Amino acid sequence: MSKTQVNMTVNGKAVEAAVEPRTLLIHFLREQLNLTGSHIGCDTSHCGACTVDLNGKSVKSCTMFVGQAEGAEITTIEGIAQEDGALHAVQEAFRQHHGLQCGFCTPGMITRAWRLLQENPAPTEEEIRYGISGNLCRCTGYQNIVRAIQAAAADLSVKEAAE
Amino acid sequence: MISAEFDYHRPGTLDQAIGLLSEHEGSAFVLAGGHSLIPMMKLRLATPEHLVDIQDIDELSGITVSERMIEIGATVTQSDLIASGELFDACPILRETALQIADPQIRNVGTVGGNVANGDPGNDLPAIMQLLDAEYVLQGGGRMRAVKARAFYESAFFTVRDEGEILTTIRIPVPPSGHGHSYQKQKRKVGDYATAAAGVILTLSDETCTSASVALTNVADTPLWAQAAADALVGTDLGARAINEAVDAARAITEPASDGRGPADYRTHVAGIMVQRAILTAKSRAA
Ligand SMILES: Cc1cc2nc3c(=O)[nH]c(=O)nc-3n(C[C@H](O)[C@H](O)[C@H](O)COP(=O)(O)OP(=O)(O)OC[C@H]3O[C@@H](n4cnc5c(N)ncnc54)[C@H](O)[C@@H]3O)c2cc1C
Ligand code: FES
Ligand code: FES
Repeated sequence: MSKTQVNMTVNGKAVEAAVEPRTLLIHFLREQLNLTGSHIGCDTSHCGACTVDLNGKSVKSCTMFVGQAEGAEITTIEGIAQEDGALHAVQEAFRQHHGLQCGFCTPGMITRAWRLLQENPAPTEEEIRYGISGNLCRCTGYQNIVRAIQAAAADLSVKEAAE
Repeated sequence: MISAEFDYHRPGTLDQAIGLLSEHEGSAFVLAGGHSLIPMMKLRLATPEHLVDIQDIDELSGITVSERMIEIGATVTQSDLIASGELFDACPILRETALQIADPQIRNVGTVGGNVANGDPGNDLPAIMQLLDAEYVLQGGGRMRAVKARAFYESAFFTVRDEGEILTTIRIPVPPSGHGHSYQKQKRKVGDYATAAAGVILTLSDETCTSASVALTNVADTPLWAQAAADALVGTDLGARAINEAVDAARAITEPASDGRGPADYRTHVAGIMVQRAILTAKSRAA
């Protein structure tokens, strides 16, 4: 079986590689690009720990062959903070509001919440819960995750108004 | 879990895709969103040697709504279906149903064509296509044909589609304006397939039901169009008696499996409750 050549942009950098077609996007990111922030929780598209952003949409990278992402713009948890290392408002809110315990779900949760707040900058609590329904957390009971996303939404709207 | 090896193809045109399917007949699968196929490949329940990814084929994308007909391209995602205001205005049950499929990430990738072509009785859109009397346009093997959703499903994962054919477009006659609709799905948790689900559309005139269609999800090895249930409603005031008759007629055609979602008789029972709720909700929404 022949290898396929893939080109994509990951966290703003162009990457190119020859890969076995059956390589999953999550394996490519973690094992070839050493971006181990995105996690593999279930490997069956249920838990959302592997969530990354692909062409402006949240997707589960455990259920995508790398070739399907050819030409795509991808953002992983490693690409969310600012270049100087300052945390993004969503990350800061998770820290402030204790939106994590063990942290396993957190990269997927934040990557999803980051996109959700771009799709809907002022979500209701119900919209937040529905919007993150593809991400499971075994620790927090979700209360603090929802609070963190509400706080990030408020923070981002203040920043937007200031600009 | 890692799938077996395969060659990956990403043709830019429908002709090329059909050519690849015929060149590798018997060993090539269409790849749309992959959210049903990749899990099967990881379990090695599917071991295609060639995958023909159809995402770049422009002819398969897009939604058009005209006065009489809705056309949905096979690669329109479930999220696109939800986002289309025009589609919602013409046929709101499509959005209502798509919002109950899986979760946001899966809907961003999973396509409408994949959902209806897959043949999994758990998929939600096939029953809705039967409800609406949709037809699927299939192209390949040197021909083009349209098959009614009501005649497409043979048994679990078996449909009348030939391996060399690509489902290109779904055509749905626009339902009458003022119709009431509802899709009621009982599931154990977000992202689960239905324990049982029912869709209903109907029209009312002077409080009498003038037309109705009923369909069921995941209570047999195919979706079910429940014609007798709909017949029990037409000409009535949709009172308790008519609803009970429709519920009984719907339950009579179910043949669910006993599995993690419950024993068969329970799922048949739930199917009836879903039909009842869907009728009442559709009635309250009909103008
Ligand atoms: C965790 C999880 C939960 C889910 N929950 C639900 C749910 O509640 N309800 C629901 O309805 N679905 C559910 N799904 C399935 C999901 O909607 C899939 O996206 C859908 O069934 C298949 O669409 P796809 O585009 O991903 O197709 P693929 O997986 O790419 O293809 C599925 C099958 O159809 C064939 N195929 C695809 N497109 C075409 C075409 N145009 N022409 C011919 N053949 C084609 C493929 O060869 C393959 O055999 C769930 C999936 C997951 C992973
Ligand atoms: S690892 Fe991808 S959804 Fe769980
Ligand atoms: S913090 Fe442990 S799984 Fe969410």
